[in-house]
Amino acid sequence: MSEPVQRVLGPVALDYTVHAGSVTGAFLEALLDKRLVGRRCPSCAKVFLPPRGACPTCAVPMPEAVEVGQRGVVTTFSVIRIPFDGQVLTPPYAAAHIVLDGADTPLLHIVGECDVDTVRMGMRVEAVWADPIEPTLASVRYFRPTGEPDVAWDAFKEHLG
Amino acid sequence: MRPVHIAGIGQIPNVRGDTDHDEVQLVQAVASAALAEAGLHKDDIGFFCSGSSDYVMGRPFSFTMAIDGVGLWPPKRESHVEMDGAWALYEAWVRLQHGDVDTALVYAYGKGHGAPVDGMLTAQLDPYYEAPLGPSPMALAALQARALIDAGRLTERDLAEVVAHARRLGATHPGVPAIDGPLDVDALLDAPYVATPLRAHDEAVRTDGATAIVLSVGGGGPRIGGIAHCIEPIELGLRDLTAATSVRRAAAWAGLEQAGSIDVAELHATYSPQAVLLRQVLGLADAVVDPSGGALVADTPFVTGLSRIAEAARAVQGGAVRALAHASGGPCLQHNLICLLEAR
Amino acid sequence: MARDADFVARFHLAYTYKRSTGPVIGRFLTSLREGRLEGVRTASGEVLVPARAYDPRDGRATTDAWVDVGPEGTITTWTWIDAPAAGAPLDAPFAWALVRLDGADTPMLHAVRGPRAAIATGARVRAVFADHREGGIRDLSCFEVIP
Repeated sequence: MSEPVQRVLGPVALDYTVHAGSVTGAFLEALLDKRLVGRRCPSCAKVFLPPRGACPTCAVPMPEAVEVGQRGVVTTFSVIRIPFDGQVLTPPYAAAHIVLDGADTPLLHIVGECDVDTVRMGMRVEAVWADPIEPTLASVRYFRPTGEPDVAWDAFKEHLG
Repeated sequence: MRPVHIAGIGQIPNVRGDTDHDEVQLVQAVASAALAEAGLHKDDIGFFCSGSSDYVMGRPFSFTMAIDGVGLWPPKRESHVEMDGAWALYEAWVRLQHGDVDTALVYAYGKGHGAPVDGMLTAQLDPYYEAPLGPSPMALAALQARALIDAGRLTERDLAEVVAHARRLGATHPGVPAIDGPLDVDALLDAPYVATPLRAHDEAVRTDGATAIVLSVGGGGPRIGGIAHCIEPIELGLRDLTAATSVRRAAAWAGLEQAGSIDVAELHATYSPQAVLLRQVLGLADAVVDPSGGALVADTPFVTGLSRIAEAARAVQGGAVRALAHASGGPCLQHNLICLLEAR
Repeated sequence: MARDADFVARFHLAYTYKRSTGPVIGRFLTSLREGRLEGVRTASGEVLVPARAYDPRDGRATTDAWVDVGPEGTITTWTWIDAPAAGAPLDAPFAWALVRLDGADTPMLHAVRGPRAAIATGARVRAVFADHREGGIRDLSCFEVIP
C-alpha cells in the first residue's frame, strides 16, 4: 500500500478583466503617438509621470494633462545580475528611476545601450521607442545615455526622497 | 464609551462595470465628499481605516496604492482590513475609544464587475474538503434556502417578494444601477432556476463603487448607539443554517433589545433567502427595510456593508429616530456586524 | 478628458498551493483513497465527518477515536443544478447537498447524482467512489440516491 496522504494540491486560478480608466488610458493613448503625458496637481503643481488618479499628497483629482520631455536624469539605479522567475530581460541590466524633463516624479525603467557599470546617478538619458508601438509602457524599450554632461546632485536630490 | 457620530458620508453610484475610474479615483471621490460634508480637512483626521480585498482587485496589497486617494502627506495613522468596510468602521470606532484621537475616516472600494468574485468566494471555503469540489456561492446560498423552506420559514414566493421589494426601491435610488428585469412577483417566479430554489435574480447584482464615512467623537450627525460583530464556523455542516445565531448575538451585543423600535434597517443580504432570514431574526416587522433597495440591487464587494451603514445614517439624517445597519461576510451569513444609529 | 479607446487588460492569476494535511485530515483522506469513510470523535463525544484535528465549534482537539461511517447517509439539505460549471464533480445536472453519513453527527458537503425527482431532504444516499483515487475529497466522486 502507498504512503499515507500527507498533502493535497490546492490550486486557485482566477481570471480578471481590468480597465485602464480615464487617467491611465489617456497616458497609454499618448504612448501610441510616442508622447509621454503626465498630470499636474492643481494644488501642489507637481507633474506626475506616470499619472495618478489623484495627487497622493493633496488628495485632489488632476485634470490637467502635461506632456513631458523624452529626456531626463537617472536619480537612482540598480544593476540586476541574477535571474528570477518571470524575468523579461537577460541579466545583467540596469533598472533606474528616471525623472523626465518637466516631470516631478520618477519613472521606473531600464537603461540600455551602455555598459551597466557606467550607469550612474545624474546621468542624462533619452527614450528609445519600440517598433511597433503598443499601449503599454514597454513601448519605451529603454532609456539610453544622451552623452550630455551629468546633472549635479543638488539639481535632482529633491526627487530622491 | 465615548459617543461617536457619523459626521460625513461620501458615496458615488454603484455601477455595472466602471471603465473610467481606477481605485485611487474611487477613493478620492468618496473621501473628499465625506470630508466636505463633515467640514473637515484630511489633515484634521486622526485615524484612517479601509476595507477592501486584494482578490477582488487582483493585486497584492492593493490598498497601499488606493490610499493615495486620501492624501498621505504628511503621513497618516492608517489601518486596513481585508474585510468589508463595515469592519473598518468597527476598528475605527474602537480606535476612537482610546481617547487620543477624535476623528476617523473610513472607506471601502471594490470592483466586483470585472473580478472573479464567484471563484474567490469558492476559494475561501475549506481547502481540503469543500473548495476542491468547487461549489458556487449561489449553490451554498441555495442550501440555506432549502433548509429554511424545509423548516417552514420561507417560500419561493417570499424570495420573489424580497427581490421585487429591492427592485422597486432600488429603481429610484441614485446609487443603484438601472434595474434589469421584472418588478412583478409572478414574473420573477416564472424565471428558470439556477440552483433550486434560487433563480438568477435571487443573487445580488455585482457592481463597482466606493463609500466613505467620517466618524467624530461628539459633534453632530447620527450617533452610533451600539456596534458589535459575531462569527460562526465557515463549514455549513457545523451550523444550523436556519438559526442565524451569529446575527442574533451581534444584535444582542449591539444592544438591539434595549434600543427601542427600529424605524429603518439596511441589510447586507447578497442572496434573497438571507434577506428573509435577517428580517425574521432581527424582528423588523415595523421597520422600513432597505429603503436604498439594499444589497440585492447593488453589491460592490467589500463595500456593501459599509454602504448599509451609510444608507442607515442617511435615513437618520432624513428624520428616522433609530436605524439598524447590518453587514456580512463569509458564506450563508457566517460573519455578521450590527450597527445601531440614533438621532442625536 | 475625452478618450477614444478603452484599454483593457485581461490576466490570469494562478496559485499552485500545496497544503499539508496533518495527521487527522491525512488519515481521513487515506481512508477515502482506500474506499472507506471514517469519522473522528470530538471531545464532546460527537462523530465529526469529514474529520478534523479540532472541532471548529469549541476549538478543542478531536480525540484518537475513529469511527467507521456510511457508506450510506441522509440528505439534510440540497440544491439542484441544471447547468453544472466546468470542473464540477459531475458533468450532467446534479444536486449539491449536505449529507449526514450513517454513524456521523455532522453532515458533509458533496454532490448527489440524479435523477432530479429522487432528490429530497431525507432521501437516502450511498457513497460512490472514484475509480482512480489519489488522496483527496474527490476520491468520493459523489453520492447516489438509494432506490
